[in-house]
This record gives sequence, C-alpha cells and structure tokens, in this order.
Amino acid sequence: MRKVLMGNHAVSYAVRLARADVVAAYPITPQTQIVEMLSEFCAEGSLDASFIKVESEHSAMAACIGAASAGARAFTATSSHGLLLMHEMLHWAAGARLPIVLVNVNRAVGPGWNVWTEQTDSLAQRDTGLIQIYCESNQEALDSVLQAFRLAETVRLPVMVVLDAFILSHTEEPVDVPSQEEVDAFLARYEPAWRLDPADPRAFNMLVPPEHYMELRLLIQKAMDDALHVAAEVDAEYGRHFGRSYGLVEAYRLDDAELALVTAGASSGTARVVIDELREQGVPAGLLRLRLFRPFPAEPVSHLLAGVRKVGVIDRNISFGQGGIFAAELKAALYHQPQRPQVFDFVAGLGGRDITPATVRGIVGYLLEHDAPPTGPLWWEVKA
Amino acid sequence: MIEIRIHGRGGQGAVIASKVLATAVFLEGRYVQSFPSFGVERRGAPVTAYTRIDDRPIRLRCQIYEPDHLIILDPTLIQAVDVTVGLKPGGWIVINSSRPAQAFALSELFRVATVDASAIAVRHRLGPVTAPIVNTAILGAFARVTGLVGIEALREAVRDVVPVKKEANVAALEEAYNEVRS
Repeated sequence: MRKVLMGNHAVSYAVRLARADVVAAYPITPQTQIVEMLSEFCAEGSLDASFIKVESEHSAMAACIGAASAGARAFTATSSHGLLLMHEMLHWAAGARLPIVLVNVNRAVGPGWNVWTEQTDSLAQRDTGLIQIYCESNQEALDSVLQAFRLAETVRLPVMVVLDAFILSHTEEPVDVPSQEEVDAFLARYEPAWRLDPADPRAFNMLVPPEHYMELRLLIQKAMDDALHVAAEVDAEYGRHFGRSYGLVEAYRLDDAELALVTAGASSGTARVVIDELREQGVPAGLLRLRLFRPFPAEPVSHLLAGVRKVGVIDRNISFGQGGIFAAELKAALYHQPQRPQVFDFVAGLGGRDITPATVRGIVGYLLEHDAPPTGPLWWEVKA
Repeated sequence: MIEIRIHGRGGQGAVIASKVLATAVFLEGRYVQSFPSFGVERRGAPVTAYTRIDDRPIRLRCQIYEPDHLIILDPTLIQAVDVTVGLKPGGWIVINSSRPAQAFALSELFRVATVDASAIAVRHRLGPVTAPIVNTAILGAFARVTGLVGIEALREAVRDVVPVKKEANVAALEEAYNEVRS
C-alpha cells in the first residue's frame, strides 16, 4: 500500500511490520514522532509489544539490552543529545552481541542549541560496534529498518539506521508500505542462540581477564567483517521480496566520471539533481553515495573511485581538529590504491544550514578550478 | 516541478494543509513532497509549510526559495512578513480574506484570489470562533483557481489526513471551491 508518510512514521510502520517485542524510549525532547506513533500502535493493540517509558536514553538502551538478552526483538529511537547520553550502553549492546535496532534522527549537538540536521551525533558512535546505515529517502528508511533487524540478528550486532532531521524525519512523501504477510516472509521470528532464562541458567557478561578479552574483541571485528557481505545479501534478498535494494554504496553516473561527489544521507538527492545538470553540460561528474558507514565498505569505495581524478566529499559533520569524518574514512580506504584520486573535504550544512543545488554547484566549481586540496577541510558557505 | 508555499500562523493548520494538498496530488498519481518550515513552532507565530509536485520522483531535498504559488491563511501576515519573496511571476496568491482580490496591493506580476475561509470554517465549526482552522477550506479555493488538483482527490485526502470532523472539513473545502473570487 502506497501512502504519503513522514520519515518518522515510515520508521514506525517498519517497526510494527517487524513485530518488535519491546520498544523502550525516553518520550521527551529530543525524541521524535517515531515512538509517539509506536506508543499509539501499542495502545490500540496493532503492535503487540511492551512499550517501556524510561527516564533517559541511557535507560532506553539499557532496557533494550535487558529485553534482547531475554530473547526479545528490541527497538529504540533517539536523536542528538539522546544518542550521546546512550553512548556507554551502545558499547555494551555491541559487546554483549545483542541485535538491537536503533533509529537515530540526525540532529546537531548544542550549545548553541539547535534541533536541525547534522551527522556528528551518529558519527560520534563510530567506535561503539554498531552497524550504521544512512538513508536518502523515507522509503529507504522503512526498508532499512526491516533489513536492519535481519542483519542484526544474523551477525549478532546492534544496527543504527540514520535519517536526517526535518529533511526526512518531518518531510512527507510517497512510501510503499509492504503487507504484514510480505514482511513475515522476509523476516522470521527472532530465535536467539542463547537467552537469559531462569529455566536454563547461564552466565552473561562476566569479568573477562586479559587472557580472554582480546579474543572477544576480535569476534566483534569478525562479525563486522561478516556484516559487509551479510548486509549485501540481506539487501539483495530484500530486493527479491520487495523489488527495492540499495547496495552498501551506490554509484550514480560514475562509470566514466573524472570528478566524483561523495555524500551520505538526504543531501545525496540534491547532489543527484546537480550531477544530472553537469552531465547535460558535458561535465564528466558522478556521485558515490555511502549507505553503510560501519562496517566501512572500503573495497567497493576504492574500486568505484579508482579511475576518478578528483573526489569532493560533502561532510555534514565535523571532527574538530581533523575535519569531515566521511572524508577521513575515504582517504584511509584509498590509501592502498596505486592511483589515488585527490580527495577534497567540504564541511557543509552543519546545524541544518541548507544544502541547495547552488551549494553543490559551488563545490563542483571549486573542484573544477583546483588540482589539489588545501591542508585541512574546506568550510563551505560560511560567513566571513 | 511545481512548488507551493503556505503562510499561516501556528495553530491554523498550515502543516496539515501542505500534507492534504500533497496527498490529494499523490492520489491523482503524481509525485509529491511536503514539509513544514524546519524549526520550532509556536501558536500564533508566523509559520510556513511547503509542497512540491512533479511527474517523476522528487530527489531535491532542500527548502523552497522560489515558489510557483502561495497560500496565505492569515491576511495580516502580508504586512508582517514579505510573503511574496521569491514568488515566480504569474504565480497565484490565494488569500483567506473577506475582501476582494483588488483590495490587496500586491505586484501585478502575480495573480490574486480571495476566499473568506475564516467565515466558512466558523460556519462548519472548525476550531474556535476566535481562531478558526481554515486549512481545508482554503485548499478548495486553491484547487479551483490553479487547477493543480481535482476536488474529488482533495475530498479523499481530507478524509484520509484530517483526524477529526472529516465531513465538516469536506463541506468547508467544497464551499470555498465554489466561493473563491479572483
């Protein structure tokens, strides 16, 4: 059934279709309508889940950890400061190998106080052990949440699906909502290999001394390595079921490109519009959209950018003292290539500053005029 | 692509209007995107909401700066904010007002239509008499003058999107459709 839905509600529909057993959430700012609608689904009985209202996002993730430990399919959603408060528990969820699905609506961090979109909140969770998926549309948000449960439960790692504040979260557009029968055929009931069960007592999350700790960490790294091909398989199978798949990264008009933009999230759509314009003008430009950030798809990224001369990364985030986070990851992935493109790092659109076609045209103009990037990131469209 | 900007005050239903309009156009088989002004809203303060319409999927994901048409839910906004900023020449401005279109000293570059959506909303008991909810009524007027969407799709969209008093809202929509003056 196709409906006009905002990104937040596309996520709510996906969580209901996934038959989540537990939704734990802090209900106040910076929460979104994702869990508001889920609480209504629980109240009306259309979702048979325990909705646990908690006093903080830290507790929301703690409740999901408890629920997932007992074998439940658990979900939470948050944004900006809420995600940052959750940080300690994210490490725990990954370390305990629990397939929790979290949706984060990208919002800038204060002060100055700001509710608009920026990716720094989710990218700051880079080293927690969460798989991260960035969406370009509300349809992709719905589809990615369904894929996320399957992926999480296969590799036993939590997954964070990320969507831009307002630009997706509050924007209404047509979304194909699959039927429950179709989703049930794609996503079976969660059957954990082990669970917290008084009838079958086991020890969980014990003290692990130095002679064992590294091996457990290595298992997480291996699960992340597996997640690269499992994510691709889940996405392909999703395509067979629903006719939509996205890839780990997406190449757009990149085949013979000499110049490439790299984006993640909703600004990718605006970049596509500009790429089409440039192609009409005969400029050999293309786009690489990063969908998966962790594990980082280094191999497809370096393969797809191997023949490109210049790459402009549009980073709607900042690691102070370094630069754009996607650009740094990209440079690391390209390091072993014998022929590396020049990578330009454009920090743009922080705190919801609009990324318009003019913004993207300006970035392309800079790329056309410069052979090599300056040291450090280019802060784009900032007032003097 | 056609872009529409809706000006209202918090509580008048500008955001719902943008969604009803988008849903109606979607029901007619076209692609749509609608969104509120990105930010924090307060009752009574100026708000804007936006709708994009196209014959193919909409990939553009930024705010609207040069709309094709405007909908003004509160005529006092015309003095308070520069409502026509960025409006393309030839664009329609559909205003909620009991006054005729000629009463508004707007540039001759634009086409102006008025409808007394407040009185219509009050007649159909939509919102309090002091702050009627005029969003559904004005869409009837907008559909009539622009021809961008049919009344039947709008009726269906109102029934789908508006949470309460669905039939009263449909009646207001139809009344404004018939009463609009340009």
